[in-house]
Amino acid sequence: MDAIKIVLAGQPNVGKSMLINAMSGSNGLKVGNFSGVTVEKTELCFEHHCHMFEMVDLPGTYSISGFSQEEKVAHKYLLNEEYDVIINVLDSTHLKRNLLLTLELLKLNKKMVLALNMADEAKKENIEIDVRQIEKIIGVPVVLVSANTKEGVEELLEKVHEVADNQERIKSNITYSDVMEEEILEIETFLTQKGFALRDLSNREIALRLLFEDKDIYKELHDEPLMMELQPIILKALQHLYTHHDTKNVQEIKANEYHAIARGIHLETVRCQRNKGKKSLTKRIDEVLINKYLGIPIFLFLMWGLFQLTFTLGAIPMDWIDGAIGAFGDWVGSTISNEFMRNVIVDGIIAGVGAVLLFLPNIIILYIGIALLETTGYMSRVAFLLDGFFHKFGLHGKSFIPLVTGFGCSVPAYMAARTLKSEKDRLITLFIIGFMSCGARLPIYVLFTGAFFGADSAGNILFIIYISGAMLGLVMAKVLRVVVFKGEDEPFVMEMPKYRFPSFTLVWHTVYNNAKSYVKKAGTFILGASVLIWVLATYPNQPLLEQEYQTKIEQSAKEDAITLENELKMKKLEQSYLGKIGKASEPLFAPLGFDWKMTVALEAGLAAKEVVVSTLGVLYAIGDNVDENSNALSHELKKNISFASAMAFIVFVMIYLPCLAASMVFAKEAGGYKYLVYLFIFTTVTAWVFSFITYRILL
Amino acid sequence: MKLSELHKGDRAMIKKIDSSEDLKIRLASFGVVRGSELSVEACSMGKKTMEIMVDDTLIGLRGEEAKEIEVEKL
Repeated sequence: MDAIKIVLAGQPNVGKSMLINAMSGSNGLKVGNFSGVTVEKTELCFEHHCHMFEMVDLPGTYSISGFSQEEKVAHKYLLNEEYDVIINVLDSTHLKRNLLLTLELLKLNKKMVLALNMADEAKKENIEIDVRQIEKIIGVPVVLVSANTKEGVEELLEKVHEVADNQERIKSNITYSDVMEEEILEIETFLTQKGFALRDLSNREIALRLLFEDKDIYKELHDEPLMMELQPIILKALQHLYTHHDTKNVQEIKANEYHAIARGIHLETVRCQRNKGKKSLTKRIDEVLINKYLGIPIFLFLMWGLFQLTFTLGAIPMDWIDGAIGAFGDWVGSTISNEFMRNVIVDGIIAGVGAVLLFLPNIIILYIGIALLETTGYMSRVAFLLDGFFHKFGLHGKSFIPLVTGFGCSVPAYMAARTLKSEKDRLITLFIIGFMSCGARLPIYVLFTGAFFGADSAGNILFIIYISGAMLGLVMAKVLRVVVFKGEDEPFVMEMPKYRFPSFTLVWHTVYNNAKSYVKKAGTFILGASVLIWVLATYPNQPLLEQEYQTKIEQSAKEDAITLENELKMKKLEQSYLGKIGKASEPLFAPLGFDWKMTVALEAGLAAKEVVVSTLGVLYAIGDNVDENSNALSHELKKNISFASAMAFIVFVMIYLPCLAASMVFAKEAGGYKYLVYLFIFTTVTAWVFSFITYRILL
Repeated sequence: MKLSELHKGDRAMIKKIDSSEDLKIRLASFGVVRGSELSVEACSMGKKTMEIMVDDTLIGLRGEEAKEIEVEKL
């Protein structure tokens, strides 16, 4: 038996991704309480009753007739792809609104099952739903489920089997307004009299499509002689509808009709015994969190707290990891006798990857914070609070989500920008996401702030770095809006989802997945880059130089010998491939106060920001023992780099091009590699200018 | 009167929506159509954004968009 291909469709915040998790028993998907977590369709396979189930999770959309990127993705998929069953997921506590999408989906004429999710919440809110009655009206199986408690999930799977095996579609009993029904009947009768048939559509369905001005049906009927006679009937019918609905806009008529139907179904099938006087919890929380005066201070406080936590709490496990890596390097070093191999492994691989792993605690804390914002529903409130402010900079309140995600990692941030409907808003947001320093830049900041500021003020400095990066991004957004992307703004209309208590599993999975991909990057990409940089820094061999120093060292006193040895290492590095690359591009960065080592580190950072730290590690910790840790490195940095250069370096890192992986995603999301070229020029020039200013001021 | 002229706590019925096609579809998918009842739940500073409740759904929208929605206060 073939696999059953299932498509999940539903409005945002109905718990689709969570339902998939519950159905498949796996937890691979990211689930969040913000519109647009599933930015791209996600595919998943699992087995049930000896059947393979192939699941496709479409992005949540309020409608499939709209123009946003996600709506287009969903609509295109539903229309053109091969699949067996649609599971339309609805939020039981917001049935009326959710039914609007169901009505649109019904028009697709596919096999469908309705999953009324969040049954547990509905029960809590005393909402009773007559499932059989909905089934009767809509004509598709309906199942009450709760992804949370797993209640009804088995039944849903059974129903999917049933529907997939069944050849016949059941006819729906949806009735439109009297006027509409009258005109449908008129056209339907005419079509039946003419003995007309089209595909598997009933004449009623054809009539409906004609009245709702469905472009495809008009295309199909265009060459039919029947159209001649049909035209006047349709015209008359439309006139009738126009007067009745008091508008000549068919989309609006359709919306009104659908709305009336949804209202009708809701009235007939849902009993709600909520005591009207009591304010819902969400409303009471909103009283405080989006309070006119308190809202923004609370938000800023939460953000500040998150960054403090990242630094202070993160420092504790960092010490352990630091020690462990040092010990591990020593141990490995002692077991390898071949000097070359020892150098490659201990100095190249372990030191490089270790420098990256060191920052895992910070990154985990940051991701926990962002995951909490997402899953509780607070993220949408923040967009609400900040829209007035963001709008001034030519951005949209919704831009906040991709921007804040950008503090974690630019890759999901670029993808999250798809929630923005207007092309211009989206592009502007994409261009400035890089200004929100991603988690991978954090190690660089931590290293430099640790080296140049006391441990007490490092948290504050870090906060300033992040905030000023964000501010600069906003200013650049305004510049882009005024100079490059002129024109109409996207309207701000968004759902404020109910506040939900963050589920531990959800937060854990989000954090786990992100941490995993960070470590994976450390294990592959960064490992490769560290080795490459180590090789570039070690070769070509310079036997002449070595010999010269060897004799010098032998002849000198013991104290001088150490200095000479360090000098030798320095000279060797300077003449290595890496040194040559750095030297060649040094003039470009000399006005910013960067020496060739910093230049090399920046260039290596184009591959991945984590590499900047490991490169600096290789370049500066040369005179030390093999177990050089970040303390030793920050000590070296302080010794070798002036304060002004260090600050200019931070500024440059803040602004310049994100890592290779992110750049690729950017190109894809923006719609072409030419945008990546623009981004490269835009960020590099900006970074250079601001670095230059910083350096000159502090000098 | 316009939706944007309402204050926190006011209830109203929608008489007419004068927005662009695109926005109308979006509003309709949230349940905001002619005849819907709404209540104003919150306003941000300077009424840059408003939070309204329609059919148990909380919706945030910009003051500028609220100007395009004609309502009758209840």
